[in-house]
This record gives sequence, structure tokens and C-alpha cells, in this order.
Amino acid sequence: MNQPVIRRLAKQLTLHLDGLLLALLIALLVLSTAVVFSASGQSGVRLGGHLTNIALAVVVLVVVANIPPHILAKAGPPLYVVGVVLLIGVALFGEIRNGSRRWLPLGIVSIQPSEIMKIALPLMLAWFFHQREATLKLRDFGIAALIVAIPFMLVLRQPDLGTSLLIAASGFYVLFFAGLSWRIIAGLGALGAVSLPLAWGLMHDYQRQRVMTLLDPSADPLGAGYHIIQSTIAIGSGGMFGKGWLSGTQNQLDFIPERTTDFIFAVYSEEFGLLGNIVLMLLYLAVVARGLKIAEHAPSMFARLMAGTISLNFFTHVFVNMGMVSGILPVVGVPLPFMSYGGTALVTLMIGFGMLMSLATHRKLLKT
Amino acid sequence: MPSPEIKNLHIELSQYLTRLQVGVGFVLVLGLILVSRLIYLQVFKHDHYQSLAESNRIALVPAIPNRGLIVDRNGRILADNFSAYTLEITVSKAGDLDALLDQISGLIEITPKNLRRFKRLLEESHEFETVPLKSKLTDEEVAILAANRYRLPGVEVKARLFRNYPAGEGLSHVVGYIGRINDADLKKLKEEGRVTNYKGSTHIGKVGIEQTYENLLHGRTGFDQMETDSSGRAVRVLSHVSPVAGNDLVLHLDMELQRVAEHVFGDYRGGLVAIDPNTGGVLAMVSKPGFDPNLFVDGIDPATWKELNESLDKPMVNRPLRGIYPPGSTIKPFMALAALELGLRKSQDAIADPGFYSLPNSRHRYRDWKAGGHGIVDLHKSVVVSCDTYYYRLAVDMGIDRMHGFLSKFGFGVKSGLDMQGESSGLLPSKEWKQKRWNKPWYLGETVIAGIGQGYHLTTPMQLAAATATLANGGTFYRPQLVKSMKDGATRQETVISPEVAWKNDFHPEYLQRVRDAMVDVLKPGGTAVGAGAGAQYTIAGKTGTAQVVGIKQGQNYDERRVAERHRDHALFVAFAPAESPRIALAVMVENGGHGGSTAAPIARAVFDYYLLGKRPAGIPVSEEHESAGD
Repeated sequence: MNQPVIRRLAKQLTLHLDGLLLALLIALLVLSTAVVFSASGQSGVRLGGHLTNIALAVVVLVVVANIPPHILAKAGPPLYVVGVVLLIGVALFGEIRNGSRRWLPLGIVSIQPSEIMKIALPLMLAWFFHQREATLKLRDFGIAALIVAIPFMLVLRQPDLGTSLLIAASGFYVLFFAGLSWRIIAGLGALGAVSLPLAWGLMHDYQRQRVMTLLDPSADPLGAGYHIIQSTIAIGSGGMFGKGWLSGTQNQLDFIPERTTDFIFAVYSEEFGLLGNIVLMLLYLAVVARGLKIAEHAPSMFARLMAGTISLNFFTHVFVNMGMVSGILPVVGVPLPFMSYGGTALVTLMIGFGMLMSLATHRKLLKT
Repeated sequence: MPSPEIKNLHIELSQYLTRLQVGVGFVLVLGLILVSRLIYLQVFKHDHYQSLAESNRIALVPAIPNRGLIVDRNGRILADNFSAYTLEITVSKAGDLDALLDQISGLIEITPKNLRRFKRLLEESHEFETVPLKSKLTDEEVAILAANRYRLPGVEVKARLFRNYPAGEGLSHVVGYIGRINDADLKKLKEEGRVTNYKGSTHIGKVGIEQTYENLLHGRTGFDQMETDSSGRAVRVLSHVSPVAGNDLVLHLDMELQRVAEHVFGDYRGGLVAIDPNTGGVLAMVSKPGFDPNLFVDGIDPATWKELNESLDKPMVNRPLRGIYPPGSTIKPFMALAALELGLRKSQDAIADPGFYSLPNSRHRYRDWKAGGHGIVDLHKSVVVSCDTYYYRLAVDMGIDRMHGFLSKFGFGVKSGLDMQGESSGLLPSKEWKQKRWNKPWYLGETVIAGIGQGYHLTTPMQLAAATATLANGGTFYRPQLVKSMKDGATRQETVISPEVAWKNDFHPEYLQRVRDAMVDVLKPGGTAVGAGAGAQYTIAGKTGTAQVVGIKQGQNYDERRVAERHRDHALFVAFAPAESPRIALAVMVENGGHGGSTAAPIARAVFDYYLLGKRPAGIPVSEEHESAGD
């Protein structure tokens, strides 16, 4: 008797999902499940946790996908303000973990407001530019820069250089797609290059150490260099075809640190080899391609800016994580999108991709 | 015409699409960078990282081989192993070392000696090595430590094999001892490429047979190839190579004979070497005083080390091998044979001994030991009464270089070739040697005293014994050997080390017989060792000797009486028996013993009596342990 109701509900729910994108994400999540299982030492508990996270994240995806773009856009400013307030709260009352103030205790749970900013900032900027669409002036970019600078500085002060740069990057992508002039981009680039020595001077010791570790991991093989040394060994020893699922020695014998989370790529690389890496890279590129395709056909300024930014942001995280694990970027706490174990990151990602699907599917609806 | 706003939007859109393309390019560049990096790591550097991953994963745990036993010719154990628990500390894990030591002292007894030794070993070792604090723990101590293990960081109780020398002091210079591997040992092992075989080994032979036969005794280290996780926990055994125990060494030496020799030596300092003249096998090798080699196995404590090293009695000097003394009159039988062989004397040629000898055109008198002389002296009598005058003249007739040439045939002046490191080569003078060494010509007067074994000529008891053995067997110089055979650690197969003829001399049998006859009469009435020969049931051929002690430097403040004692002559005796078909030849050197005939010869007699007749001297306890190491 409920058959038609369920069918209608199902139809309604799937209406705003992008089939291709969903297929790609499912492919990634299947890979992820296999690797998390292997990386956790074939732990059923971890597997269960991961599947629960996935289920939760898919629900979030479906829900967000069903929110129309104009409502998403309206969520921008309040979300941004809440984010900034929370960041200030962190600066004042934050818990210190591992030497930096990143967590805000809220009763029984602690939250990391900088994670919220990764979505809130692009949303805020896209909303802002959407408002000014017709009368965009240079001055507006100035205001936008300020909107980027506030959370950037707050996160930088925590200190969390990696996340602050990722937040700045997500803001920059919006500005970039909004048409920030090449001259200013070049100027910013030049300014960045010039201020590098200055930045070095302002860096915290641990940050400098991470950079030094990147340049020469063997200088401190048991300390800061250990992560990088072990993950590069894992990747390199994986070779062309990998050691096989559940057979990576670096993984199974616990030589890879943080192997279910930030360093899961090392586990994957060791067990599936270069071939597996190329497959993974193609999957990621396909996701980005689909995202940019959605961006290309996006009907509004807001949709264009968000779709482009979400796509580039996604790939930026992929690049930073793989770069870090393979030893070409300093160690920053960034999980590998759709691969690493961890509910928060997965939900945050799915919010982004939910928005992307919302932008894609509501465009169709508008057309018809 | 479109409105400016629309146019603006149009431009904006095309600009956006351009930017999307830039974005695509950006992503592709980043992707390419990653893929290049991965290709570099996984294709070009794969072998490198593969081997790193393997060495991460695989740990080789050495399995230490059992050190070979050392037994005497009758299978009596001279060196063996026992297993015991030791308390060891890894300093790098210990944290506050002093607090830890206090804590341990509260649990089990730690003597000041333990602590001193620990501190000394600590200085010699690396931070990550374990250093023994106390060894041979009792079961109770092991239990206490095990119960308190959680609050003693860096403390381990390990089961280790220890070396034990049941003979103690007596054979310290023969068997030697093992000690902890130090930096010098390690360097040597590395140079010789043997260091991998010492993974896990803590001890190495330091002196004596333990040092010389280190390679055979040590055995081959085995390995367990373990797969370990990042915390070093063994996950499984990948492969196992069993260690191969070291060779057991069987010595020519007769422990009971050695005990007899030591016993009759009494409190004298000196050395004795007894050799089987038919093989070169060393039957006994005494160095008095000795030291307890067991002190060294675990690392000696500094106070005891100092005491041993600074003792005036020099217990650390291996006298048979490194003690060099003038041969004195023991050289005379060799000189007598030289006279006959070189045609300088016939046995019946006699001199009238006035009690001294003077060189032509000189008024200086080289005195005989007997004032007034020995009367008419022929070759036979010259040996029996040890006439100096006869040999003064003979030496001058022979000349130092011919003397050098002939005495070389008995191995004087060169290392005997004994299978033990650190042998001294003594000194057999010649004109060439003096020119080289002192850049001075040879003086005839030096030849005169060389005739009675004084002057430059220096010999070790080992050389003297080997020379005597050569005389006993008719001219064959066997390389003296301590080790008779070895038993393979794995197959238990025994390999006999055959006697090694270093060279053979062709002496005229009649001349040899004359010299031997004279030596037999040395122990008969009228001879210088008549006392030692009295009542012997076999014939002994021997020669006494007395060597003047020249210029021993003594501590200035040392007890006057003892210093005087140390200026007494050294007593020497060389002999072989039975004279007709010798089975044993020996040399005895008693430092500051006075006369060879009265001090040294009786020692030789006791050794002969035991070796040839099984007769024990009065007062020597029958050895309590009669167990044999035979299979």
C-alpha cells in the first residue's frame, strides 16, 4: 500500500542527485572501505565505523542536494558570522592540543571551527559576489579580500598554517572565478614570493621544523622525519603493481603512522602500486571534471562561483594530502578526500558535493 | 543592440569560462606533479624503497654459538661454559641512573665491587648497549627482579653463558681468558671481516689459547630472521639458521703434570716448560705466579686490576713465553756439540783449568765459578762439572758468528712458533746484530762470556725447552704446540693437529751420544745436579745453569730484604728423560732461585717422576675433580 509513497519519496530524493558524480563518489568510497579495512589491521570495528560514517555522509549529501541554491546562498552570511565568532571563541577559550589552540569545547563535544570555515567562507564570498553581480567593481574585491583575511588570520594565529592556507585558497578560488584581474593575481604572487623570507621569520618552530623535515627527512629519522620516511618507503616499495590488498608490510606491521587517516594514501600506494594510484588519480580527475562541467553550465553567478570553487577546493585537498604523504609538501593535517577514515571530514566533503549536485540539478529544473 | 549590463554579463561569462579552463589547466598541472612524483618513487626508486621496507620488516636476531671447550690430553676440563642469569642495564632507557642503582640496591645486594666494575664497563660501552651490573644471580634475586621489573626501566635479567676456568690460577697463562669485546677488538674484527659472526657475541679471547684459537673456539653465529612490527615485536620467524658451536680443543698438556710442576715450584717465581721431544707437544707450561682468569670474564674491577698489574711479582707476565733470561750454563751442552760438530774439539781434548781464562795479550781474568779450577778437563767433564774456563776458550776458538750459526739450529734467537700470540724471540747475538743494533763492533771479551751463556744472549724458557727437546730427539726441531687436536662443534669429528717439523739438523750420532752421556753424568755423583738424580729409576740427562741477575730496576722504597732476594741469581735446569729414548724434555727457570742444581733440578725430577712413573710428590692433594669432558 505504501509502494507508491516510497517510490515517490525515492524519486523526490534522487531527483537532485547527479548520477555520474554519485557513481564516482561511490567508486571512491568502495576503494576507501577496502583500504580502511586493510589499514586498520582488518578491524571489524573500524570497518563498521567507516560504513556508519559513509551512511551518515550520504544522508547529508542527499539532504544538501535537495536544498535549492538560493537558500544555500542565503545561508552564507550567517554561517560565516557564526564561523568567525567561533574562531574568536577559540582564540579566547580554546583548548590547547599539541601546542596549538584549534578546538572549542562546547559542553560534551569539542568542535574545530576552522573546518566550518572551509565551507562558510566560499559560501559567504559567492553570496557576496552574487549580490554585486551587475555592478562588480575593484572595491568589491577589496571587501572580499577582507572577508578572506579575517578567518585566515584567526586560523593562522591558532597556529594552523596548513588550514589557514587552505581556507585562503578556497577564498581565492571564489575571487578568481569572480574575475579578479590577472594583474592583481600576479601582484599577489610576487608579494607572496617576496614575503617568503619574512614568513619564515614569523613561523613557529614546529612549522619551520616541518619545512626542514620536508627538505631533509633523514635529519631526524625517529622524530619529525619519521612519518615522511615511512610513508615514502611504503609508496616506493609498492612499485608498479603494489604488494596486494592486506599485504603491505609497511602497513600491516604498523610502520606507517596515522595510517587510517591522514596517511592512508601510503597504505593504498603500498598495496595497489602505481597502477592503483593512476586509477585513483583518474577517479579524482573525473570528479573534478564533472564538477567543472557543472560549473560551466551553472545558471547563476552564485552557482558558477560555488561549483568552480568546490571542484578546485576538492582537488587542492587531494593534492596537499598526496603531496604531503609522498614527501613533496610539508606535513599538514589534511585527510585524503573520500579515502581517509573520519566522519567530520567526510560529512564536510559531502556538504560540498551536495551543494554541487543541488547547483547541477536545480539548474535543470530552472530550464524546464 | 544589447544593453550595457547584458553585454557586461556576457563578457563576464566568457571570462568565467576562460577561468574554468585555467582551473582545468591548474588541476592537470598539479595532477601531473603528483603522478611524476609517484612514478619517481614507485618505478625509479622502487628497488631502493623495497630494500628499505624489507630492512624495516626483517630483523636478524643472532643466535650465539656455544664456545668450544678446552680440555687437557686426558679430557680434563680447563675451560667450559655455564649458564647464569645476569642483571644488565641499558643506560639510554634507564633515565636517572643513580636513582635506579639505589632502587636496585634496595632489592638485591649490590656490592661496591659490582658498582666499580659497572662504572668501568659503562665508560667503555655505548649508551644503547646493555651493561652487566651483577652476574650469576641467585634464583631468589631473579625472582625479586622479575617481580619489580615494571619499576626498573632499562633493567633486564638475561640468561647468559659464562666461561669458567676450573684450573684457576695454574693455567691462567696457557688457557688465558675471554673478556668483553672492546673497541680495539671490534676494530680488529672489522678489519678481518669477521664482525658479522660476532653479532650478539659479547666476549672474545683476550690472551692465551682463548685468544690464539679464537676463530676455532667461537663457532658460527646463527640467525633467526624475524618479521617485526614497528615497535620491534616479533610477528613471526621467517627463517632460522642454527648456530654452530665452536671447536673443542684438546691440549697436549697434562693437567696433573701441570699441578705437580706448580706444586714443586712452591713459592718461587719463574717458569717451566715441558715438551714431548717426539712431537713438540707442550706437556706442561708453568708461569709463577699466575692470576685467576675467572676475574676477567665479567670485567675485572679496577682495584684488582691495579693490584695485579703493579705487583712486583708480575703475575700478568707469561714467563715461559715472554720472560727472557740469560741461558747461563745450560748453553754448555749445545756448545759442546758445536765443538764436536764444527771440528774444534775432539772429545778427548783436555785443558788444564787454572780457574780462569785470559785472552792473549790481556791480563784480565775471566773466572771459573770454582776458584782454583777443575784440574784437567775434557769435553765430558766440562759438562758434568760445568767448567767455565773450557767454554771461555772454546767460544774464542769458535767465534761469535759460528756460535750464532750453530745455536740457531736449536731455535735460539727466533720465536719457537708456539701456537700462542705474544711470544718473545729472545736474543742470539752476532757481529751483524751488534752493528745494527748498537752500531758498535763486536769485542772479543763478549765472545768469551757468550761461551757460558752470559752477556747478550737471552732466551725464553720456551726456547730453552724446545732446544733441549731438539737435543733429546737428535736434532729435529718440532714447532712447540699446545693444541693436540680439535673436535668440530657440529660433526664432533676430531682433527688431530699433526706434529710440525720446523727443520731437521743432521748431527753426528756419536757426537750427540757424547753430549748426552755427559748430561747423564750431571745427575750422577760428581755432577752439578747429583742431588736431583739420586735414586732415579730411569736415566736423566740434564744441565744446570745459573744466570746472573743484571740491573733489575726496583722500586726505591721497596723492602730491603726482598730487594736483596731479587738480586739473587736465577736458577736454571734443562733436562730430558729417559736419556736413551726421551719422552719428555724440559726447561726450568727459577727466578732468584740461586743454584740450578739445588733449586731448579729437583723441580724437574718431580715432573719426570710423575710423568714417567706416575709418582706424586708428597703433599700434593689428589685432584678432587676427575670428571672427563670426553663424549
